Amino acid sequence: MPEKDASPSRKSVIHDIALSAEISRRTIAVSSVIEGPQVLCAAVALPEVVACHSCDMLQRSIPLAPGGTALCSRCGSPLFRTGHLDRALALTFTALVVFVIASAFPIATIETQGRHNAASLPGAVGLLWDAEMHLLAVLVFVTTLLVPFLELALLAVILGALQAGHPSRPIRLMLRLISGTRPWGMVEVFMLGVLVSLVKLAHLAQVVPGVALWSYAALMLLLAAVWSNIDGRELWAVAVRGAPR
Amino acid sequence: MTATVTALELGLVTCHSCGLVCRPPDRAGCKVFCPRCEASLHARKPDSIARTWALLLAACVLYIPANLLPIMESGSLFGSQQDTIMSGVVFLATSGSWHLAALVFFASIIVPSGKLLAMALLLVSLRRSAPGSARARTRLYRVLEFFGRWSMLDIYVVTLLAALVQIESIATIRPGPGAPFFGGVVVLTMLAAMSFDPRLIWDNLKEQTRNDGNT
Repeated sequence: MPEKDASPSRKSVIHDIALSAEISRRTIAVSSVIEGPQVLCAAVALPEVVACHSCDMLQRSIPLAPGGTALCSRCGSPLFRTGHLDRALALTFTALVVFVIASAFPIATIETQGRHNAASLPGAVGLLWDAEMHLLAVLVFVTTLLVPFLELALLAVILGALQAGHPSRPIRLMLRLISGTRPWGMVEVFMLGVLVSLVKLAHLAQVVPGVALWSYAALMLLLAAVWSNIDGRELWAVAVRGAPR
Repeated sequence: MTATVTALELGLVTCHSCGLVCRPPDRAGCKVFCPRCEASLHARKPDSIARTWALLLAACVLYIPANLLPIMESGSLFGSQQDTIMSGVVFLATSGSWHLAALVFFASIIVPSGKLLAMALLLVSLRRSAPGSARARTRLYRVLEFFGRWSMLDIYVVTLLAALVQIESIATIRPGPGAPFFGGVVVLTMLAAMSFDPRLIWDNLKEQTRNDGNT
């Protein structure tokens, strides 16, 4: 694949034929069986291999250069990257502070004929609720306030605990919760929505951007920075065996 | 094609929640869970095709009122006005900011309709797959997953306009009856994309090449 070989330091393609034979040979016993209303069986972990999420091709995990990304050799989807969990933790705390400012202050104020009106995000959700648009109010609340807050708060706890060297079962359950809720946080889409509505209003009235507008823009960048420093595979590995010293 | 081996062929399962590759125990009739995050394990997303079709069809139904009903109702001293998604884009284009109009057109019209079509295309092409297109279809799926959320743009615009333009007797804006339908379309298409399992594209490919070899 010539297009991949052009920059081998950033993107490494992993491919291993001998792998399948090796895994087939290994004998594995059931690690635990819990009796309950339904019998639950723990599967046996094979942390040294990775199956592509897009095409299920089984590949051996390889060490990466800093900033590198491993791609699936069959379908080209990203498999894993290198991360910096300490940086992610610092950025998470910053983002939490910015989140509080972004939700407490008005996003913008409009002024026309001597009257003015300011709107904050929680206020906007409340107005939707009062206008009998309950579903819409819930949707906006969940995607712009609840999920981003949960994501940041849980990440702060998880990364803090792992940094202090305390991997535990509650930490792993929190990590699972985050991976489920993350697609529903839409801070960046909301930011674009704010810009579009302010431009629409600029024809009708004088619009004064508020503190929360800048904070929301900063929050959007901080969230992107947090996740670019986290690789899910690495984070999970640390959540099981603790951070490498 | 013997070089590639999938986890499924070796009897291995990837956890949907944490991505760990596991070997489920050889015991019949027990519910297998991931040893790392304790989520229940499935080789492929359960009932992927049926669930995706169901969510997709529901989204198609909601898509009609979402586009026909007004998404925003504005009232002022000079009368009231109702805006659908399309008329909102037209208003933006005619009032001078055509790049913004293009952006909203992309997020509220191209993305939702494109997503409905592309999901249907992915589902239909699972049955009749040309080997060369599997990589392209996987890429299409990843693009869908990435862009789907941006359709929420119009919902946020309406929310914010309704909150800001609340000046009694001069101008007020209220969300219209189409807005919840549009929100429903966005949520349902996101759920449809999540319930679709792109690995089925590749599973079918292998099955077909195997069948071709036998005949």
